[in-house]
Amino acid sequence: MREPANIIRADFGGTLLETRGLTYRADGTRFVDDVSLRLREGRITTILGPNGAGKSLLLRLIHGLIAPTSGDVIWNGRSLDAPARAAQAMVFQRPVMMRRSVAGNLRFALKVKGVPRHARAAQVEALLTKAGLQDMATRPARLLSGGEQQKLAIVRATIGAPRMLMLDEPTANLDPSATRAVETLVQDVQTQGTTVVMVTHDQGQAKRLAQDVAFLQSGRLAEAGPAARLLTEPQSRPMKAWLDGELYVD
Amino acid sequence: METFADILLRAFALIAQGDPVLRGVVGLSLYVTLSATAIACAIGLPLGAVVGGTQFAGRGGVIIFLNALMGLPPVVVGLVVYLLLSASGPLGVLGLLYTPAAMIIAQTILITPIVAALTVQVTSDMHREYREQFRSMGVGRLARIGALMWDARLALVPVALAGFGRAVAEVGAVMIVGGNINHVTRVMTTSIALETSKGNLELALALGIVLLLIALLVNAAVMTLRSASVRAAYA
Repeated sequence: MREPANIIRADFGGTLLETRGLTYRADGTRFVDDVSLRLREGRITTILGPNGAGKSLLLRLIHGLIAPTSGDVIWNGRSLDAPARAAQAMVFQRPVMMRRSVAGNLRFALKVKGVPRHARAAQVEALLTKAGLQDMATRPARLLSGGEQQKLAIVRATIGAPRMLMLDEPTANLDPSATRAVETLVQDVQTQGTTVVMVTHDQGQAKRLAQDVAFLQSGRLAEAGPAARLLTEPQSRPMKAWLDGELYVD
Repeated sequence: METFADILLRAFALIAQGDPVLRGVVGLSLYVTLSATAIACAIGLPLGAVVGGTQFAGRGGVIIFLNALMGLPPVVVGLVVYLLLSASGPLGVLGLLYTPAAMIIAQTILITPIVAALTVQVTSDMHREYREQFRSMGVGRLARIGALMWDARLALVPVALAGFGRAVAEVGAVMIVGGNINHVTRVMTTSIALETSKGNLELALALGIVLLLIALLVNAAVMTLRSASVRAAYA
């Protein structure tokens, strides 16, 4: 098992989540292979890498949606149990919109998080305002555009004030203005104290948002560290090739 | 000799006049079948949603069993209910044989598996889509089942209508447990069988037309709901 890569400098917050030798194997293939890294609190970390590198799978393993074949996920110094998972939230690449109105989707999440009925209406209003969807409260959520669905999914995920928000390519297939709106929302979430972990294969997005970066290649962690350094002076061959727009094959 | 057109005309006349015998039979049919559909939905919808929205050992077997029960022969159901409700049967003391209640029981047994099996299909497709989101949000089992049923509501109405359609058109089960007693347990299908054998073809045909109209209305309702749900992007 490798030593966890300290991707955040020690002068920032403590480690919120750590993976130790995280491995996921199926049909003899290691889709995530011995990944050890630390994510510290209050930062935006992007997980980068080419298609098929295992980025989305790593996010699901970290969130506890899939059990690893071996290795551990340590949350705030303890194992990833139910209360730990409740302190995390995830937004999927294709946001899951329930067959309800925009407000109905928010009300459901508020109910699940135990918000009393009398307090829900005000919170729905506040969340709609945050997402800029005030005029769409009664519209079926599945009829929203891709960008609107992502914004709704993000504010829905912030219900219950999670300590960590994970986003799986939240701006894939979005136009520039929708991408900007989603990125602004993600930065707002971080400003309010939530640690953000975001999968992307968009270099520009990593430059705009990331404070820390982890780069995956073929399921393995190639490199991790502060975004400012890694995005300009990468040490690993896979990340150099990726930044140069070249194809890297193991 | 009467032609088919003569009989058809007289049948329409019976319907237009609101013949009391016809009305009585149609009314009882609707009472029995709507009651059976309501009970079957009360059992089958949540049962189907639990199976559709939960992973458990033996789930595949339960689904195969429910699907197999969809093809239950009505006469076999009638026979089993008859044996249960007959004077020497375990439920004979209730005195339900040859009453509308017995017919409701038989139709309920007949269509509950249909409602449940179709609900499994609808909710498991939806659960496949929602599963990761629900796990991520920490949605509990009861809330999950409730949410699946609520979100599938427009797709579940056709399920109930499918059960209704099957029940209203079946003859074997209600004939055996109802006894086809005039003004007591005579419903549309058993009346059609009886009146045809008696040669009272206009009443039989009038009942047949009403039955067809009900089938048409049910199908139209299913189609309308389906397109409405697609339009509203709830499908």
